[in-house]
This record gives sequence, structure tokens and C-alpha cells, in this order.
Amino acid sequence: MTNAGATFINIGERTNVTGSAKFRKLIEADDYTTAVEVARSQVENGAQIIDVNMDEGLLDSEYAMETFLKLIAAEPDISRVPVMIDSSKWTVIEAGLKCVQGKGIVNSISMKEGEKAFLEQAKKVLRYGAAVVVMAFDEEGQADTAARKFEICERAYKLLTEEIGFPPEDIIFDPNIFAVATGIEEHNNYAVDFIEATRKIKENLPYAHVSGGVSNLSFSFRGNNLMREAMHSVFLYHAIQAGMDMGIVNAGQLAIYEDIKPELRERVEDVILNRRDDSTDRLLEAAERYKGQGGKRKEEDLSWREAPVEERLTHALVNGIATYIVEDTEEARARAKRPLHVIEGPLMDGMNVVGDLFGSGKMFLPQVVKSARVMKKSVAYLMPYMEQEKKHLGLVDAPAAGKILLATVKGDVHDIGKNIVGVVLQCNNYEVIDLGVMVPAQKILETAREKQVDIIGLSGLITPSLDEMCHVAAELEREGMDLPLLIGGATTSQVHTAVKIDPNYNNGQAIYVVDASRAVGVVSNLLSDTEREGTIARVRQDYARVAEGYARGQKAKRRTAIGDARKNKVNIEWSGYTPPVPGFTGTRTFKEIDLAEIRRYIDWTPFFSTWEMKGQYPRILDDDKYGEAARSLFEDAQSLLDQIVEEKWLTANAIMGFWPANSIGADDIELYTDEDRTQQLAMLHSLRQQIARDGARANTALADFIAPKETGLADYIGGFAVTTGLGEEPHLRRFEEAHDDYSKIMLKALADRLAEAFAEMLHETVRKELWGYAGNEDLTPEELIGEKYQGIRPAPGYPAQPDHTEKRTLFDLMDAEKETGIKLTESFAMWPGSSVSGLYFSHPESHYFGVGKIERDQVEDYAKRKGWDVEKCEKWLAPILNYDPKKISSQAA
Amino acid sequence: MTREERVTALKQAVPERILVLDGAMGTMIQRYKLDEAAFRGERFKDWKQDLKGNNDLLVLTQPQIIREIHDSFLEAGADILETNTFNSTSISQADYGLEDYARELNREAARIAREAADAWSEKTPDKPRFVAGAIGPTNRTASLSPDVNNPGFRNISFDELVEACSEQTRGLIEGGADTILIETVFDTLNAKAAGFAVEQVFDEMGVELPIMISGTITDLSGRNLSGQTPEAFWYSMRHLKPFSIGMNCAFGAEQLRPAVSDLAEEADTYVTAYPNAGLPNELGEYDETPEEFAPKLEAWAREGLVNMVGGCCGTTPEHIRLLAEAVAKYPPRTIPERKHKMRLSGLEPFVHD
Repeated sequence: MTNAGATFINIGERTNVTGSAKFRKLIEADDYTTAVEVARSQVENGAQIIDVNMDEGLLDSEYAMETFLKLIAAEPDISRVPVMIDSSKWTVIEAGLKCVQGKGIVNSISMKEGEKAFLEQAKKVLRYGAAVVVMAFDEEGQADTAARKFEICERAYKLLTEEIGFPPEDIIFDPNIFAVATGIEEHNNYAVDFIEATRKIKENLPYAHVSGGVSNLSFSFRGNNLMREAMHSVFLYHAIQAGMDMGIVNAGQLAIYEDIKPELRERVEDVILNRRDDSTDRLLEAAERYKGQGGKRKEEDLSWREAPVEERLTHALVNGIATYIVEDTEEARARAKRPLHVIEGPLMDGMNVVGDLFGSGKMFLPQVVKSARVMKKSVAYLMPYMEQEKKHLGLVDAPAAGKILLATVKGDVHDIGKNIVGVVLQCNNYEVIDLGVMVPAQKILETAREKQVDIIGLSGLITPSLDEMCHVAAELEREGMDLPLLIGGATTSQVHTAVKIDPNYNNGQAIYVVDASRAVGVVSNLLSDTEREGTIARVRQDYARVAEGYARGQKAKRRTAIGDARKNKVNIEWSGYTPPVPGFTGTRTFKEIDLAEIRRYIDWTPFFSTWEMKGQYPRILDDDKYGEAARSLFEDAQSLLDQIVEEKWLTANAIMGFWPANSIGADDIELYTDEDRTQQLAMLHSLRQQIARDGARANTALADFIAPKETGLADYIGGFAVTTGLGEEPHLRRFEEAHDDYSKIMLKALADRLAEAFAEMLHETVRKELWGYAGNEDLTPEELIGEKYQGIRPAPGYPAQPDHTEKRTLFDLMDAEKETGIKLTESFAMWPGSSVSGLYFSHPESHYFGVGKIERDQVEDYAKRKGWDVEKCEKWLAPILNYDPKKISSQAA
Repeated sequence: MTREERVTALKQAVPERILVLDGAMGTMIQRYKLDEAAFRGERFKDWKQDLKGNNDLLVLTQPQIIREIHDSFLEAGADILETNTFNSTSISQADYGLEDYARELNREAARIAREAADAWSEKTPDKPRFVAGAIGPTNRTASLSPDVNNPGFRNISFDELVEACSEQTRGLIEGGADTILIETVFDTLNAKAAGFAVEQVFDEMGVELPIMISGTITDLSGRNLSGQTPEAFWYSMRHLKPFSIGMNCAFGAEQLRPAVSDLAEEADTYVTAYPNAGLPNELGEYDETPEEFAPKLEAWAREGLVNMVGGCCGTTPEHIRLLAEAVAKYPPRTIPERKHKMRLSGLEPFVHD
């Protein structure tokens, strides 16, 4: 028997975009510096091998793999360990293999596409110098029975060792761990199949290793961590004895075999080893009992109702229970000398506990917002008594810890993040003046002066808001104000704050706040007499360093001249290609679409990140850290969503259209009134990547995906705009009046998710029916989220076409404002915020990409095409300029 | 002898005795004090760039000198000659504008060495002589950025190295090399690309020669320039199933010893070592005498660390003569039996049972 556990290698997956939402976001945001830190901490925490995976639909995975591996190669404390190059795409694997000097592991190859392709890839792996994970997968599919798993592995082993001399000790088999206890009888033996296959592999295929992803096993017990941990540990106990010696296991999510209660262990073992016909039922029953125990605990929990009222208030706050808050507040008030004492006493005590737990990472944002709801309800109840007392005694307001003005800047309507910051600050006894959305600079300044605020916080999501924030900073400077200026929101960054915003504001200091959980720390430092100076000095120092690093980086970045970039456009072979013809041209409007239908298409992962909970759905529901909070948040979301759907709170409208189109010039797309293609209907402009390429990849622009006019091909382009935000206002107001920020933020977050889901659903209809080029497509919602389909729907203002003003052309083409009720702001944000628009491309080679930074030569050319002057162009494209326009014009002058 | 017979003879000779590699080509060329005109020769007299210092070009412009140097090492007792091709990739030759001549340079260099070796094999049939086709490291690094501010930048790609080394390998095989020697490896990724190229060319030409690999240590931490320990370096190259692994150049024998000893212990293949003649002095010359040099390597032979020894920078035929005499009395190192374990590496080795 093997020495169980001693030689088991656990492979971490925090540098895996499919396993870690945090990592995925960093890569998507091109924040490789921070991404490298993720790898570093993983190695520091003892990872023996790091798994790198960049398989994400939106990413240029080859580029991401290469870039990341080259960067970690420069970090000796990371690159000291071997790398596992993890991708389902061979091209990504090969790109990775070309960047590592060590001997790593390729994960994975299989005989899915036959022996020939398998051996070719294996031979390459050998030649590049790596070990290899081989999936038990062949031409027929993934192996499920022990016999088939072994048979495939044996065949692969023979091919590898006999045909190409692959060293057997460098072969790692992954015989597929599938879920058991699913209620489907055929699944009952899956764990046994794996263990048996492992045993046979170890007995018959000398020196080969066996690995697998363990969490799949307990998939049917999602949400019940206790059961999952028990299942994983029982499974590993047996699999390791059978010879499994590597794996991807969430180490924190592993119970100690001996520690599992004997009764539970037996039942789990019955399931894992498939020992009785009724083992699934018996385990479910046990699981139910554990749940039942949980329920009982809840009942027992009501014992907190018997504690003294102060403790009950604290309990209600920490646990976010609003049910009894009014009666408890009344009881406390009746006993207190003054109503204010209730706030200063038990309520603040409770909120301090919440603050401490949040600060130390033991509570998460949704829980904090729920606590705030309880707090607000209690304070609202006390308010009239306090007013009365004030009148009676002639008292003045007790000062709050500080006053903070919050606003989403002019032109922008997105405010979920800002609302969350507001709630968190209020929880910490700061007075928050929230000016809402689309707030002009002047109003911000006036209010700040009038209300004598201590700090101003600006938020924004779309890229033109970045410019508006610079404008607000410049206005503060002009009017001689010196209040600290906090900057937050999805497109903001420390670099932008340091390099673009702060230089406009010498009197005061602009400070980037990465998320709501940091806001309190920053604000309390800024308002503390002892900390303020030091904090500002530190920020200044940091920003000087950031600005310097940025300037250095700018110099180092090679860009290609636009002319050369155009020569290196996406090389689509148009001859012999027939563009698919859409079912109609012109537009079609869809009104009041059933939300129940749209709901099926929701991608939940971004929903959790709105609440600052980073992780992939559904895995996040079982996350060690967030699992419990995530499940509770998800439950609340589902029940509110039920209500939204049932009671039709939101109206889902959409418009879409198709037009005859050809690309002309280099980077423009001309739309025609009809099939004669003589009369121009509109012109769409695209921007081209100017990143220096080594020839292997193209400098892409959206225009590349449409047949050039000179090909004579009749190509088409589509466009769309959808919204699910109409009708939310009265409900938001209602929640506001009920002091229920939790539900208010939840509604907005859900409306955003529905809008994205609606766009996804409409795109599917377009592909399968309206344009109809993918009639046979049959994808699950997960695959849709993974964007495994043909064609793209890029949105103006986002990476593939960063110019928001193109939305105007698109909206005018469809008369979208009138048809759907979506309005465009002066920054071309869509109102309601829960709206999505974009273009449709059908070509099989069309793909998402990021334009990245561009040079002045393209800006000048683009300005000409748009009929703008260069200065206006630089304003709209400010976030993607690879140069500082101020410097160039001062040089010219 | 045919190529196959020579390879067989080499494989028979190594287990029997410690073979001796030749010494420094560059040091010997310096003794001829060649001027610009000599480097250019007749053929490149009008070349657009200065050519002085392009030692590899001499196989075309002064082939008799190269032959003479080879002969002097063979006469001193060397079993294996290295071709004069350390810089004969298109990448390195581009410094002189001669990138288009890479294949010819390699072919001619191998041919000259071949002729010399064959002549001596005939003279001493009990001591056949061999030609190792040398692939140098190029002056670029595939896993290090030359720009400290931009750690992700590289001035050479894996594919570019593969292309250049493929061409070099073709030339070396055409000219008659018996083995391919990937040497003075300071960046392991460069060597992996070279190995990739060599195997591809073997497939393409239907030949398979023994591959020899020799790394170097660039600082006193005992690691190569790209940061790997000798053991990690071995694991990174092991997939090529090399005929030998070893170390050369560096700061002379003393400094190279720990690395050679690590490889001797770990590698289940033959081990080579050919250090410089000590550290360069303030004039950049290597002044360790043959009498100082030979005993150091003799000690390695005595301890059973090596299968093939020779000299790198600063070693002359006299160094090689004393070295050959010194090691002749010792049996070669025996290859250790290594268990089948998955041996991976980053900068450091990682072994999984």
C-alpha cells in the first residue's frame, strides 16, 4: 500500500482564469503586474507547481499565456517552481511551451481527435521538454467505466512509450472524476470506476501517474460543504491508496478522514464505493438531517431573543436580521435616557463588530449591506423621537464622524458601486450626501461648499467618465478648493488617478479607492488629525512612483505605424467565401419580452463580483471563504428575481437590425440602403491595434471581419440595443423609503444581469434564426457564457471599439431611442444603465480583441474619417492614447 | 568509415576510456595575429563591413589555418574536435552582415574538421577521432529581457532560434559532423530551442547523431545566467536523451567543479567538462599553465566525475597533451542508475515519485 498522502501533489489553480475570477479580471484588465503577484503569493504559500490557464473567450489566450509566462520568468521566486501549461487549445499550449526554460507539465492532450493528432502533439510535447497530462478521452468520448478508462489509458500509454519513446514517468493520466449521488443510477459507480481505473493504471502501466479534479465528484451536493468535504476526503483516501498521486483539490475544503463522524463516513463510503443500492438515498437522507440540524439550529438561534435588548440589537445587526428591529429599538428607547443613547450605545457597538469582522475579512459586502439595512431601520424609527427631544431641549445635532459627498459624474448613469460605498460609509457613522447620477461638476462644487463636506467621492463606469473626473479635479483647483477627492469605479485605476487626474489638482489630493471595503480606511485616515498628513504624503509618494513607472513603460512600448498595422490586418481569405444572408434587412423591434425567458441566460459570476465577492459561479457557492455569504446572497437574489419576473417590475425592450455592408478604405464599414450597394446609409468606423507584432498575429480592427468592397461580396452587418432597466425607478424609490439599500442595490444588480442575459438571448436568436448562419448550434447557457459560438457582438466603448461616440451612429440607424426607450447621455452612456448595445459580425474568424493603446498617426487619421479635429478625437479616445497630447502640443508650440 | 560506423565507434570508446576534447580555437587563432585583410581573404575583400574578429569566417577565408589548429590538437591527443562554428548561426553572423552564409560556414567548418579527424584516424586506427558539430548560444537570451524596465520583452523568440539552429545543424551534418554539441548554454531556453531544431533536422534528413550538451555557470552562485541550478538545467534538457551533459567555460576548473559534480551524481548519461584555463587576467588572457590546468581535471577523473574532458578559453595543444596523459590512467565515470521518477524543473529541480 502506498504511503497515502505523502507523495500526493496538490496543484494550485489561482493563476487559472477559469478557476479564479480575480485572476481572470486582472488578465482581462491587462493588469499583469498584479497577476504576477498572484503567482508569487501562490508559490510563497507553498505551491509546488503552478497551473497557468488563460482559456477565456474574450482573451487572446496565446498572447496572455506568453505574456504571463515571460513575466513570471523574470521573477526568480516564482519561476523556481515548474509550470503547468493548462489549456484545451493546442495553440495556446504550444505558445506556452516556447516560453519556459524549465521542464513543466502540459495539461492536457487526449485521443479525442484520433491517434494521429494525439501522437503529433505528444511528440511535440516531448520535443519541447515537458511532462503531459493525458485525459481518458478518445474518439468515442470521455471514458466513464473503469474498463474504458483503463483501456484508453493503456492504449495511450502504449502509443506514447512504444511509438515515440515518451518516458512513462512523465505521463500523468486523468481518468475523469465525475459526480456521484446524482440520483441517476448510471452515475453511482463513477467513483469506483475512477478508483478501479487508477489501480489498474498503477498496476499495469509502470511509472505513470494519476491525477484528477476532485471537486466534480460532489457536484450534486453544491451548497452543502460539510457533505462535499466528507466526500472529497473519503474519495481521496481510497483513490490515493489506489495510486492517485496528483490532483487539483481545494486544500481548505478537505476534512480529515478520521474526523468525519463514523455514521456519516459510512454513508459517504457507501456512496463512493457504491456499496448498497440505496446508498444515494441514505446519503441524501443524512444530508437532509445535517440540513435539518441547521434548521434546528436556526430555531435554537431564536434563543437570542431571550437575551437583553442591547445584545439582541447587536445580534440583529451582525446577522442582518431586520424582523424584530423595530420592537427591539422601541424597547431600548423606552429604557434609555435619551434616544441618542440607543444609537451611541448598542447600535454603534453592533456596527463596530460588523466593521471589525468586515475589516478582517470575516464578513462580506452583502452581509454588511444587510447590517446597514437593519441599522437604518432602527435609526429611522428613532429619528422622530430625537427631533422631538431636540425641540424640547434645544439641542443641536451631534456631529457625524465626517461628511462625504458622493456622485456619479456627468454623462454616466452607473451607480451600484457608488451606492455600496455610501452604505459602507454610513455604517461607519459618516454622513453621506449622495447626489446620484449624471452630476455636473458645478453641482458637485456647489454642494460641497454649501454643506461643508470633508471629502468628495467620484464614481463612473464608462471611459468618457475618466475625462469628466479630470474635469472635476480641474474645477476644484480653479475654485481654490482643497478637499480630498476619492476616485472609484470600474474603469478607474491607480495609474489613471496618478497620471491623469491628480496633476489637475495641486491644491488637494486625488486618491484612487479600489473597492468599497477600502473606502472606510481611506476616509478615516483622511479625517484623522494624526493620520491625514502621513496618508497624503504616502499617496503622493506612491503616485510619483506610479507616474514615473508609467512614463517609463510608455517609452518601452513599441507601437507599429498605422500604415504597417493595416498591412498586418486579419488575413481573411475572401475568395470562395459566401457571407451568410440575413432573413431581412432593416430593423425589428421587440417589446416587453418575457423576463422568465431572459432569466435563463444570466451569467451569475459578474453578479457576485458586483458584491465584491470574487469567484466563478457556481463554484463560488462552495468557496471556503465566500461560500456561506455567497449562498445566502444567491438565495436573496433568486427570491427577488422571482418577484421581478412574476410581478413584471421591469420592461425588456430591444431593437436589432441588419444592413448590407462592406469594409472600405482600411478601417471603415460602409452600410448601404439596399442591395444595389450604391447609396450609403451610414458609416461605421473602427480602430486598429497598433501593438508591435512579431508577424504571428494580426493587428486587428473590426472592419477586418467584413468583406472589403473590392471583393464584390455581398456582406452584412447587424446591430442591436436592449434594455431591462425600464420600470425600475418606482421600486428603487420604494426601497429607498424603506431604508433598504440592500434590496435597492440587489434590484439594480439584477437588472444589469438581465440586460446582459437579454443581449445573449437575442444574439442566439440572431445566429440561429434571424441571420440564421448557425442553425445547428446547440449550446448550453454555460457554453454561451463561454462564447463558444460563431460571430461576435462587440459594443462601442468597449475594448474592440473604444470610441463611445459610435453608439450615436448605431442608435440613429435603428431609431433606438424612440423604439426602445433607451436614451444616450452626452457621454454616450445608455440610460437606463441596465442596457446593452453593439454590432453583430457573422464571419467565423471574427473574434473579440482589445484595440489597446494607439498612436497619434491613427488618431489624426481617425479624426479625419470622423470629421473631427484632432483635439476632439483625443478627448474621446483619451483612455487609449499611447502618448500625452498635452506634451505633443506643447512641443509643437 | 561511414557516419554510422563512426558513431558506433564513439559509443564503443566512451565506456572504455575518458575521451579528450580539444582546446580553445579562439586562443589559437589569436596566435596568428590576423589582420582585417586576412579575415576577409580573397572572397570577402570588398565586404561592406569589418570582418576582423569573425573567427568562424576563417573556415572560408583561411581554411588552412583552421586545419592546422585542428591538427595540432589531434596531435596533442584529442579524441574529439569541435567545429569552428561557435558563432555560425545566422543570428550571430548578422553582426557582420553574413547571415546568408550560415549554412556554408557550418558545412565547411565540419568538412575541415572531418578531414583532419579522418587523417588522424588513419594514422592511429586504435584511437579513432571524432567531430562534434558545435552550436553556440548566440548572443541573445530567449528567457531574459535585455531591458530592465520591461521584463516581458525578449530580443529573440524560440521560433527564431529554432530556425537559425536548424540551418546550422543542416550545415554541420552535411559537412560530416559525428555529434551535435549544444554548448556554453547560459540560457536554457536557447538550448531547448536548439535541441528542438536538432531533432527536427534529424527527422527531416533521416539521420540521428548523438546530442551533446554543455552548459555554463555565469556567477559564483553556481547557476546559469537564466537562473537554473545544474540539476534543474539537466532536467530541462533530459528529454533530448543526450549522449552527454556537462559544463564548460566559466571561471576555470575550481569554480566549475560543484556543477560538474552535481551533474555527475544526477545525470544518467555521460558527463563532459571543459573549463577555461583559469580566470582571465587583467589583460583578458587566460594564464593558467598546462601544468596547473591538467592536475585539476585529473582529480575529477580520479574521483570518477567525468567521461570526457577538454579545454575551453585559453587552453592550447600543450594543455590538451598534459590533460590527455593525466586522465589516461583512470577509468571513465560509470553512469548511475536513476529511478523512474517525474523530474521537473523551474529554476530549481522538482522530483515526484
